Parts: sequence; structure tokens; C-alpha cells
Amino acid sequence: MSRLVRVLRGSWEFIVGDDWLTAAGVVAALAVTALVAGAGVAAWWVMPAAVAALLALSLARATR
Amino acid sequence: MSGPELGLALSVFLACAVEAVEALTVVLAIGITRSWSSALYGCAAAAAALAVVVLGLGPALTSLPLHVLRLIVGGLLLMFGLQWLRKAVLRAAGLKSRHDERSVFAAESAAATAAERRTLHGIDPYAFVVSFKGVLLEGLEVVVIVLTFGANQHDVPLAAVAAVAAVAVVALAGLAARAPLARVPENAMKFCVGVMLTSFGMFWGAEGAGTSWPGADGALLVMIPAVLLASVGMMLWLRRSASALRTIGDVA
Repeated sequence: MSRLVRVLRGSWEFIVGDDWLTAAGVVAALAVTALVAGAGVAAWWVMPAAVAALLALSLARATR
Repeated sequence: MSGPELGLALSVFLACAVEAVEALTVVLAIGITRSWSSALYGCAAAAAALAVVVLGLGPALTSLPLHVLRLIVGGLLLMFGLQWLRKAVLRAAGLKSRHDERSVFAAESAAATAAERRTLHGIDPYAFVVSFKGVLLEGLEVVVIVLTFGANQHDVPLAAVAAVAAVAVVALAGLAARAPLARVPENAMKFCVGVMLTSFGMFWGAEGAGTSWPGADGALLVMIPAVLLASVGMMLWLRRSASALRTIGDVA
């Protein structure tokens, strides 16, 4: 395995960990917040709702 | 000290203390079973590598525009925070084995005793490398937390002081005990760190994405207890579900 691949794999494991769906959900929630805020609507509620859902879904996957 | 500054210092101190306890276990096991000097050289080399990361990443982070910095940092803290919180909730619910420094110490000591003994320029390579890796891996997450919290609050020195204080307290306790710090409530501390990282990640991430919170910084005073309550609620629900499943299993 090349050094670059090892570095990329290590960075992925360090940041994303063993639950990539949660990491993808975080990115999606931030994108939705930016879209809603960009439309001139209050968007502060998006992240708390998304985080509660992401944690619950992550726990559900871990206990399945 | 303002609320966010107190939150910054507390979060960094707790996160650092937890990681320092884990690194201390590895260094102690290697020092006791192999060579103290090689283990400490490994520690010093890892600390130097972490300092290089701080010097490289610190200025790069602080030079970013504030909203970009908050978006990146918020996202990173949320990814870390939700991982910490998930594991902490599962441990507290009894669905994942708790981190036990005594068993980690025993495993590290057994591996170190079994490994081949040789010296290179007066240094035991095994002791050096294992100690280096242990400190570097535990320290990397701390560096990211220190830099992201510090850069966002424009107070890297406060974050650095909290981190150094945590490492000093753990190192002194380890020196005094000469044993892994198994009585430190590590799992409870990890739960708290998960709550703090998730709350600050949400706060800064949303601000970076272009929204503002009702009550500005005061929103954190609502968010932190809310994340804690939600996590405890999920933990209790999981604990009850696991208990019900065990009961059904017993009847069947």
C-alpha cells in the first residue's frame, strides 16, 4: 500500500471513524442549514433536530 | 471568565485528561516492563511531532475567514462529538464494554514482555515505538480539539493552558501512583466531552453555515443541558430495551 493511501485511510478513520453515515449526515445537515439560511428563513433549528436524529439512528445501527 | 471561555477550558481539560490517562497507561506498561528511558524518549518524540502539527495547523486555521473556520470546525467537532457520545451512551447503557485501564495495562505489559529484547544506540526500539505511537495517537485528537476550540474563541493560549494543565495533573497522578489510573471516572468524562463537543460543534457549525442563534452565545447555556438530557434519555431507553430483551431471553 502506498504511503499516500495509508495517509488517506488514516485520516478517514481519524475523522469519520466507524460510522460514515453519521459523518455524511453532519455534512448534509450543515448544507441544509446553509440553504435554509440563504433563503432568508431562520435555520438555527436544523442542527439540533439533525443531531438528535443522527445520534438516535447511530445508536439504533450500533444495537441492531 | 465568560461562559464560552469556561466551556472551552472545561472541554479541552476533560478531553485532554481522558486522552492523557490512556496514553499514560501505555507509557507506564512499557516503562515498567521494558525501559523507562526509551519509553520517555518515545513520549518526548511524540510531543515534538504534535508540536510540529500545532505549529503547522494553527496559523493555517486562524488565517481562515471566521465563517469558513466555524463551518469546518463545527463539522469536525460534530463528527468527533457524535462518535464520543455514541460510544459513551452504549457503555453507560451496558451495551459496550467499559474502557478498563487495568486490562489495557495488563495486555500492553504482556505484549511488551513477550516482544524481542534488543537495543539500538542504547535505546530499546520496541519501547520507543510503542510509547511514541501511544502518545501520538491519543494526542492527535487533543491537538485538533485544542486548535479548533482555541481558534474559534480567538483564545488558543487558554486552550493550550487547559491542555497542559490536564496533562500535568494526569502525569503527576501517574507518577505518584506508579500504576494505571483505573479509578478515574473515564467513561463519565468521555460522556461529558461528547456532550461538549457536540454542543459546540452544533453552535459553530450552524453559525458557519450562515444562521445565528436566538440569544447569541447564551444559546449554549440551553444547548449543553439539552444535549446532555437527550443523551441520558437515549441511554435510559437503551438500558431498558436491553433489560427487556434479556428478560424475554430468560423466559424463552
